[in-house]
Amino acid sequence: MRKLALDDDILLTIEKPARYIGNEYNMVKKDPKEVDIRFCMAFPDVYEIGMSHLGIQILYNMFNEWDDVYCERVYSPWTDLDAVMREKNIRLFSLETQDPIKDFDFLGITLQYEMCYTNVLQMLDLSGIPMFAKDRSEDDPIVIGGGPCTYNPEPVADFFDMFYIGEGETQYRRLLDLYKENKKNGGSRKDFLKLAASIPCIYVPSFYDIEYNADGTVQSITPNEECAPAKIKKDIVLDMSSSPYPKKPLVPFIKITQDRVVLEIQRGCIRGCRFCQAGSVYRPVREKNIETLKETAREMLKNTGYEEISLSSLSSSDYSNLPELVNFLIDEFKEKHVNISLPSLRIDAFSLDVMSKVQDIKKSSLTFAPEAGSQRMRDVINKGLTVENILTGSMMAFNAGWNKVKLYFMLGLPFETKEDNEAIMDLCELIAEEYYTIPKQERNGKVNITASTSFFIPKPFTPFQWAPMCTKDQFIEKATIVKNKMNTLLNKKSIKYNWHEADLSELEGLLARGDRRLSSTILAAYNNGCIYDSWSECFKYDMWQKAIEDTNVDMDFYITRERDTDELFPWDVIDIGVTKSFLIREWNNAKEGKVTPNCKLQCSGCGAASFGGGICFENKN
Amino acid sequence: MEEEFVLKIRIKFKKQGQMRFIGHLDIMRFFQKAIRRAGININYSEGFSPHQKMSFASPLGVGLISSGEYFDIESDTAVSSEESLRLLNGAMVEGMEVISFKKLPDDAKNCMASIAAADYILHITGDSNPITKEITDTFLSRDNVVITKKTKKSEKEIDIRPFIYELSSNENSVFMKVASGSVNNIKPEIVIDAICSLYNLEAPKGIYERVEMYANIGTEDNINLVSLESLGENIE
Repeated sequence: MRKLALDDDILLTIEKPARYIGNEYNMVKKDPKEVDIRFCMAFPDVYEIGMSHLGIQILYNMFNEWDDVYCERVYSPWTDLDAVMREKNIRLFSLETQDPIKDFDFLGITLQYEMCYTNVLQMLDLSGIPMFAKDRSEDDPIVIGGGPCTYNPEPVADFFDMFYIGEGETQYRRLLDLYKENKKNGGSRKDFLKLAASIPCIYVPSFYDIEYNADGTVQSITPNEECAPAKIKKDIVLDMSSSPYPKKPLVPFIKITQDRVVLEIQRGCIRGCRFCQAGSVYRPVREKNIETLKETAREMLKNTGYEEISLSSLSSSDYSNLPELVNFLIDEFKEKHVNISLPSLRIDAFSLDVMSKVQDIKKSSLTFAPEAGSQRMRDVINKGLTVENILTGSMMAFNAGWNKVKLYFMLGLPFETKEDNEAIMDLCELIAEEYYTIPKQERNGKVNITASTSFFIPKPFTPFQWAPMCTKDQFIEKATIVKNKMNTLLNKKSIKYNWHEADLSELEGLLARGDRRLSSTILAAYNNGCIYDSWSECFKYDMWQKAIEDTNVDMDFYITRERDTDELFPWDVIDIGVTKSFLIREWNNAKEGKVTPNCKLQCSGCGAASFGGGICFENKN
Repeated sequence: MEEEFVLKIRIKFKKQGQMRFIGHLDIMRFFQKAIRRAGININYSEGFSPHQKMSFASPLGVGLISSGEYFDIESDTAVSSEESLRLLNGAMVEGMEVISFKKLPDDAKNCMASIAAADYILHITGDSNPITKEITDTFLSRDNVVITKKTKKSEKEIDIRPFIYELSSNENSVFMKVASGSVNNIKPEIVIDAICSLYNLEAPKGIYERVEMYANIGTEDNINLVSLESLGENIE
C-alpha cells in the first residue's frame, strides 16, 4: 500500500481527508520508475471543484494511455491543511504516488478563472518551486499553463515557463517527445524552452520583451529569441468524434460539484454574443458524432456506476441531433435508474417535453438568459432572444404546469442606459402578467420569478475588449435602479431580485485585461494572505486593495478606460483564429445596435475558417 | 394479489488501510456505484427519485478500519455467491474487499435491526501496550464501571460493565466484545478511556478495528451471539 504524504494525526484533524489520499475508482497506477515523464496536472482550487473539471479528466486519460508518461493530479489544499503544511513544512504532493510535486518533470496548471491566480502561487509556494520562472533551476518542474485564462496569460506570465494555447488533445505528444529528446541530448531547461517554442501553440513568455508607451499602453511585443514566433497560434481538435475522451473517468469518494458522467457533445458556439469570451476563443463549432456519443455514454456509465449523466457544451440546443440524443438517453437509461440532467435548453415544445420526462415539474424551473432587459441592448450584445420568444416559451411552460422562472441578466454592458436597467423589471412584469392571464382555477398558485444580475466584465478576444468597465459604485447604482424599479411593479410580490457583489468583479476586470506588470500585484496580494479569492468566506478585499496600492496600480487604466481600436493589447501576441478586424467590425455593429447572424444562418467571416474544419466547412457544397 | 418475491441479501466487506479516512456516507455512495459497476441486480424504491434498497448495519467512524462490515440489499434475482463476489470485487478500490454474499431467510430482520454486539481490536502503534493482561483481568473482575456520558444537554452516569462481554490483551493489541446497536452502544474508545482513567495509564496510540458484528439469537438475559453473516446462506 502507498505511503501517504500526510500522517494520520493530520488526516484525522483536517476537514475531508478524502481530498488528499487519492485511491479513487479508475485512478491510474503506474510505477514512476518505469516511465520517462512524470506529469502532474493541477487545478488551483479545492478538490471538489478541480475534480469536476472535464479538461483534466480528458488529459489525464490521454496522458496515461501513453506508456512513457505517468500523469498524476494535485489540487489546492484547503485553508485548514494549507496552514498545517506551512507550520510543519510539508511539501505539496500528488494524489497518486503522494510524491512531492517538485520531483515531477512537468507541473501543468489549468487556469479556469482569473480569481484563482493567488492559488497558483499557493501551489508553487507549497511545492517549493520558485514562483518566478526566471528563478527556477534545472531540478524544478517545467510549469505549463492551460485553460481559458491563457488567452490573456500576461498577468501570470512571469510565473510560468510556458503556456499551451488551445486544446490539449493535439500537441502534447509532440511537446513531450521534444522533452525526451532534449533530456537524451543532455540539453538544459532553456534548450527545452527553445525546442518547445517551435510548436506554434506554445507560448514561452520569457522569450518576449514588452515595451510600454508613456501612457502605459503596450508599445511593442518583441521576440528576444530566434525560435520564438511573432504570434502564437491557438491549436484545436478538428475531428471531435475521434479525439480522446475519458471512457473511465475518476469516481471520487466525496461529493463533488459535478458528481456525474459528463458527456461533451460539441465545442464552440454559433451564437456570437459580443460579451462572451468562450463563444469567441472556442470557434469554430465542432460537433461530435451522435453514434460516438451514444457509445461513450454507455461505456462511461458502466465504468463509473454513476446514477446521473449530463450533457456539456455551450448552447446545447444548437447541437444538431439533440432531440435524438436526449431521447436515446431517456429510452436507454431511465429504466436503469440513471437521471438525465439537462443543460439549460432553449424553451420550446421539444425541451418542455423532455424536461417533463426527466424533472419534477413542481420543483424545477424554467431558465432564460436574456442577458439584457431591453431589445435595444440585446441587439447591442447580439443576443438573439426576443420578448416574444420568452413570453411564448413561458406560456407554453405555464400551461404544462411550471410556475417558476429564472432569468439571468448582466449590468454595466456597453452603451447601457437607466432605461435598459429598468427594462429588466419590465420583462419580469410581462412574464408575471402573462401567467395571470391563465384562469385562477387552472393555474398552479403564484408565479415565482427570480431575476439575477451579474456585472459585465470585458474580456480579451471579444468585440467588447475595447469597452470601458463600470466602477464598483456604478455597478451598485445600476443594481439599485433595478431594485427600485421592482418596487414600483404591480406584481412585485411574484418577483425576486438577486445581484452579485461588485468587489470581486472589479478585480476580475483588472486581471482579465491586465498585463505583465500585474504579476507583482498578484504576488503582493498572495503575500498579504490572499488565497481562494473566489470563495466569499476567504476573499480579503482589503488585502487586495493594499496590494494594488503598494504596487501603484492605476485601476482606471485597466478598468474604466475605453481603448482605441488601434491599441496594441498585451494579449495580441496570441492568434485565436478570429481576426482583430472581425472583432472591430463587431464592436462597431454593437455601437449601431446591428445584429450579426449566427454561424448556421450565415458565415460572417470571423477568421476561424483558417483552422480548416468545423461548421465553417459544413453545408457548403 | 400476487405476492411479490423479494430476495434479501447480506453482504460483508472489509475496509482497510487508507480507506479508513473515508466517512460512512461516502462508503454508502461508494457501494451504490460499485453495485452498478458490478452489474448486481438490486431493487429500487418507488417515486420520482428512486434509490437502491440498501441498508448498512452500523456506521463506522472515520479513522477506524474493519474486517466485518455489513449491509443488506433487496433484489429479485441473484447469481451465485461466488460469482457475485467476483463481480463486486472487480468494482472495488484498494482497501475495500467484499468477503461474503449471502441470502437471508425471508423473515430475517435487516442487519441494522439485528446487531447486538461487536468485536473490536485496538492495534497498538506505539512502543508498548500499557494495558496488560493483569489490567484487563482486574478490570473484568469489577462489578461496575461507571462513566460520565456527556450529552448536549446534560451529563449522565452510566455503568458500562454489563455491556462489556469480553476483554483481553496481548503485547500489541487489546480485544473486546461489547454491546452494539440501537439499545446499548459501546464505542471501543470509551472502554479504553475507562481503563486508562481507572488505572492511571496514558492512553495508548493505535488504530481501532471492528472485526465482527453479531445478532443475539438468545434472550435479553441469556444472550447467544452469532455473526450477522451466519444468519444467511450461500447462493449456489
